[in-house]
Amino acid sequence: MLNLLWLQSGGCGGCSMSLLNAESPDVLTLFENAGINLLWHPSLSEATGDECITMLEDILNGQLRLDILCIEGSMMTGPMGTGKFHIMGGTGKPMTTWVKELADIARYTVAVGSCAAYGGITAAGANDTDATGLQFDGEVAGGLLGKEFTSQSGDQVVNIAGCPVHPDWVTETLMSIALGEHNDEQLDKFGRPRMYADHLVHHGCSRNEFYEYKASAVDMGDRGCMMENMGCKGTQAHADCNTRPWNGQGSCTNGGYPCINCTAPEFEEPGHSFCQTPKVAGIPVGLPTDMPKAWFVALAQLSKAATPERLKKNAISEQLIYPPTIHKRKG
Amino acid sequence: MSRIVAGPFNRVEGDLEITLQTASGKVQSAEVNSPLYRGFERILLGHKPMDALVYTPRICGICSVTQSVASARALADVMNLSMPVNGELCTNLVLANENITDLLTHFYLFFMPDFARDTYADKPWFNDIHSRFKATSGSAAAQMLPARADFLHLMGIMAGKWPHTLSLQPGGVAKAIEPKERMRLLAIVAGFKRFLENTLFGDSLATISQLQSEAELWQWCDEKDWQQSDFRRFLQVARVQELSTLGRGTDHFLSFGAYGLQGQTLWASGSYCQGDNKPLAISQIAEDHSHSWMTNTGSPHPPAQGITQPSLDNEAGYSWCKAPRLANQVVEVGPLARQVVDGHPLIRDLVARSGGNVLSRIVARLLEMALVVQQMELWIKQIDPKAPFCHHGEMPGEARGVGLVEAARGSLGHWLEVKNGKISNYQIIAPTSWNFSPRDNQEQPGALEQAVVGAPVAEGEKTPVSVQHIVRSFDPCMACTVH
Repeated sequence: MLNLLWLQSGGCGGCSMSLLNAESPDVLTLFENAGINLLWHPSLSEATGDECITMLEDILNGQLRLDILCIEGSMMTGPMGTGKFHIMGGTGKPMTTWVKELADIARYTVAVGSCAAYGGITAAGANDTDATGLQFDGEVAGGLLGKEFTSQSGDQVVNIAGCPVHPDWVTETLMSIALGEHNDEQLDKFGRPRMYADHLVHHGCSRNEFYEYKASAVDMGDRGCMMENMGCKGTQAHADCNTRPWNGQGSCTNGGYPCINCTAPEFEEPGHSFCQTPKVAGIPVGLPTDMPKAWFVALAQLSKAATPERLKKNAISEQLIYPPTIHKRKG
Repeated sequence: MSRIVAGPFNRVEGDLEITLQTASGKVQSAEVNSPLYRGFERILLGHKPMDALVYTPRICGICSVTQSVASARALADVMNLSMPVNGELCTNLVLANENITDLLTHFYLFFMPDFARDTYADKPWFNDIHSRFKATSGSAAAQMLPARADFLHLMGIMAGKWPHTLSLQPGGVAKAIEPKERMRLLAIVAGFKRFLENTLFGDSLATISQLQSEAELWQWCDEKDWQQSDFRRFLQVARVQELSTLGRGTDHFLSFGAYGLQGQTLWASGSYCQGDNKPLAISQIAEDHSHSWMTNTGSPHPPAQGITQPSLDNEAGYSWCKAPRLANQVVEVGPLARQVVDGHPLIRDLVARSGGNVLSRIVARLLEMALVVQQMELWIKQIDPKAPFCHHGEMPGEARGVGLVEAARGSLGHWLEVKNGKISNYQIIAPTSWNFSPRDNQEQPGALEQAVVGAPVAEGEKTPVSVQHIVRSFDPCMACTVH
């Protein structure tokens, strides 16, 4: 059995809430069968107060083995490097100190969510709190633990980025650790597990037909492709949200709104309104990943010229107003 | 007098610490500390107003949708925008889906496991409660988690995902419901209703909703064996442990009113104290900084003029939470407050007999599940897939707006100011800011601080279990509290 400890700091707890959405099977069954023993989780465990502190001390003094340390939420290093924006309840000690001490002895350290990975939403705006990730501060390697940090296993921090994470991203990463199959090669250059980060949100998007013909949505709620006007970053965002849906059959683009690239460092400050596509000379600034610009522009013009009436009309409507034509073989 | 610092509290959302002064085996006074500051009110400054819809749900992963709704309503107020009926119905459904999920999660995962603690091993009810509710290994969690996940499939369809959606907009919803999806929604709610009736209540939702008094509640409870359903299990424990005598609050309640549709709300807004029901007076809300780690502004100020400047220099400070007050009074918010303000006869009777306490807070939560899930079926049927779902409007360069909503844990308000097309002030008062506030400049303790006074503390207890029951009976959300 691998002992797993889960702590939360400068975040919303939404990644834990999402983890509870795990299905086929539920998260508790999954942990049990993966050989993961939950030492403590803020939403699930019985131990509170002194019982929890005793357990943490047992880990630090070597009486209790720590295999996997999961951290959710940004590391609050302010004010002035003191970490006092989050003193862990009942302990008088900054959470950043707890995390450093525990990460030093954990076999694996896992950042759950974009806050713990890169700073995330908590680091947005002026970042008064000096919120940062475990091993990245935005796109820059470093963060609380430093660029050179490795866990006892010799591996860097695993960044299960997302705001929130999909429950399967967490459970499958933990399963791969439990199976002894994890190493740094399983991660991309931002430390994300490639199992989900080698895909694009665009893959399997239900609006693909609109994308093909550049039939674009204009207002929130329109059925068309949201890349041209609505700020959608699905063609650049590394995640499998449309091939591995959320809460049954959902995804951001299925839910009527654009992908905001929440698995990427610094997604929280895109430099433009989230739901408006920045353009230069009428051409969207962010082009689809790996697409040569000249080709994209040429193809877009060609497909716009060929957009079927059905897609043109449906793209700017909430309702399906023009169903696909039925072709009869006879008559 | 001896001092106990209890924390970290888990099975609450976020981090929490409580300092207790105890004497003669009882809590004499308490100070509640919300130990994490993130500063959303400052993060939002200078951003485009519509971008609040991305930031504000991320204040909280468990009340995410309620933050979205409050933000969308503040934006709608600024834009002078109304919703089509479909927009209201879909907003209500998404909001209800989150609220009911939260009430369910609270009961099964956060609240009940405390009764499975070894400290209760000699109680006659212990063996059953232990095997049912033991944290992580009890049979209830294994049943409840799949039911919860299935119920949240409604979010998948209507909001894309949960938590953190962008489908909730000032003028309605960005996701229009197709005819096939409307049928699927009915199927999802039917499945969840079956779970509630078979497992939680052991009776029909209609029967639970119609309980009229405390006497009828106990009579209903005794009609069957107490192990017949989880609600009866709770009532049995509550009766033996006398939970109605534990955690008496201020008995002054506030609700912003919930689930609006075509100018009416399902539950009324207002405040309620000792039989006196008053209309909602938003202008009487003010926030005090005297015991917060905030720059002390002297006198309390209304949220529209609110300031958020963190400062550890305030020597009287002991929490990052500000102290919101209604006409200088400490109030309690939550399902109990909502139902007592609205006048549900069972809840009015419980409060008349023993006030706000651990029993009445939990009964109100479970009652809301029965009430709302029936309502959800009616709302789904009223959706017209052919009619509009969202209105669109222009953002003015300068304006002020307010967005009020009821979260699972109580009243949530957003106060927004726009200048030069950008957010120039954004103030948030969350449910647990009310319930878990520190003292104010009149030295009035907050609602929880009052509720734990008198709680029994056994010899040698470092994190008194009675205090844990009281704390969790409020279902605190510390992420929202400080935001």
